[in-house]
Amino acid sequence: MAMTITEKILAAHCGEDSVKPGQLINARIDVIMCHDVTTPPAIAMLAERGMDRVFDREKIVVTPDHFQPAKDIKSAELHRRLDTWCKKHNIKYYYPLGRAGVCHALLPEQGHVRPGEVIVGGDSHTCTYGAFGAFSTGIGSTDLAAAIATGELWFRVPDTIKFVLNGKLPHGVYSKDVILAVITRIGTDGARYKAMEFVGPALADMSMEARMTITNMAIEAGGKNGIMDVDDVTRAYLKEHLRDKKEYTVYASDPDAEYERVEEFDCSSLEPMVALPHLPGNGKKIGEVAGMAMDQSYIGSCTNGRIEDLRIAASILKGRKAAIRTIVVPATPEIWKQALDEKLFDVFYEAGCVISAPTCGACLGGFMGILAAGEKCVSTTNRNFVGRMGDPKSEVYLASPATAAASAVEGKLTDPRKYL
Amino acid sequence: MGKAHVYKKDNINTDEIIPARFLNTDDEAELAKHCMEDLDEEFVRKVSPGDFIVAGSDFGCGSSREHAVWSLRGAGVAAVLADSFARIFYRNAINCGFLVVEAPGITEKINNGDELDIDSKNGKITNLTKGETYGFTPLPDFALDIIEAGGLLNKLAK
Repeated sequence: MAMTITEKILAAHCGEDSVKPGQLINARIDVIMCHDVTTPPAIAMLAERGMDRVFDREKIVVTPDHFQPAKDIKSAELHRRLDTWCKKHNIKYYYPLGRAGVCHALLPEQGHVRPGEVIVGGDSHTCTYGAFGAFSTGIGSTDLAAAIATGELWFRVPDTIKFVLNGKLPHGVYSKDVILAVITRIGTDGARYKAMEFVGPALADMSMEARMTITNMAIEAGGKNGIMDVDDVTRAYLKEHLRDKKEYTVYASDPDAEYERVEEFDCSSLEPMVALPHLPGNGKKIGEVAGMAMDQSYIGSCTNGRIEDLRIAASILKGRKAAIRTIVVPATPEIWKQALDEKLFDVFYEAGCVISAPTCGACLGGFMGILAAGEKCVSTTNRNFVGRMGDPKSEVYLASPATAAASAVEGKLTDPRKYL
Repeated sequence: MGKAHVYKKDNINTDEIIPARFLNTDDEAELAKHCMEDLDEEFVRKVSPGDFIVAGSDFGCGSSREHAVWSLRGAGVAAVLADSFARIFYRNAINCGFLVVEAPGITEKINNGDELDIDSKNGKITNLTKGETYGFTPLPDFALDIIEAGGLLNKLAK
């Protein structure tokens, strides 16, 4: 039977020759991602039921990121609970402060993401890892607890929507603009419960960093997972990053696989996008919104806090001054060091930006850049819900690192192409 | 039996249900104090144990935080009735033994303050105030089993 890449991976993980949309399966889990907000409750749930065990200490990857370094006493308690548990169970891949980073940037970088695997994480943006041809989805604390203890989870096999990204991205338009355009077209529940399969020539030109920005935001359209084929770009990234060099399994959709529908995009005609408050699907072309005054620019997060993003921002900020508060958050210690070595920090310092330690920080209104009532922030993050980055009366405008940097320079939403 | 709190709004997200500034704890009583705070500051003062939330489509979109379910449960909400639910919230609710009722068009039928009774097995909502009943597709048996067991982990622990 013809299957999509998502169906093939799920079939291989439940011992079936084939699966079809709607089917309920019990799948074997290859990697579990754990962080400081959703994992401590999962651990407590297991302990309360006398089930304090881990199915495989080498298949669980742990990094505090949301509130790390601990922002207050309560979050310090969460970190302590996580740390105690990791040590008790001798979790092999535990990244405490100093090695900790924003989870969805850290796991691929540290070689924990392999094609063909089933990966779950206690975070909705776990869909990021689908950029590597893996099935990857976000779960809550109870599912996390069940996965940690048993190494299995039930799934309903999703229908798949295929997104064909045609053409070539114009100068100054990035993968962030692509995914904002996709969500704007189909709506924030346009792919609810569905697999979002991205293909097409525009993808082939993108780095893994850029591709991850797209799969990262699959959840913002309601998707269960975002997924892409493995190609030479993927293989080159994996060769450099994988810690376990053993062969991985590459799956691809059959030519006659069934899709719920196919959405075509002409990337050649895209422009820089800004998603207005309070939904990621409220995308507008920069020309329609340029000139709106901002109070802050935020460059970071699991969506756009990677080295390529920082390079793009620095290329615009070089030799210029930020007109508004600008916060740069390298997503992992490796990215932080790389940015230091490439002297990007000099650029950010000269421009008057502040450079943070790796953290999810203000992206979710945690700390390190919270907004006051009435303030507006242009941000490279993934959500602009009411109160997302601070006061319920503050506003978040989602954009690419280039647009966030150009807007920092002018203090208002700005088309980045004039600076590139 | 309980009172309906109707929000004729789509995409009520987890940041509105429980803002991230309160995620530094997983204490249900503490989370309950801030339930729905960024959507309706008065909610926690209006809600009584056994009440229902009635909302539009894609309820619970956004983050995977199960804290959203815990804060609703802690505040005394017995079930959420919505046109549709976001995937992770829906799954988290079932896993916690918290009832979610998918009933398209429900915000048009129920008024704020109506007294409701839910029969989850047979898929029936009784509106005692209006003297009406509305049908819905009940959850599949395996999901009802999880809810009856008091959640996924209780079922696994058996």
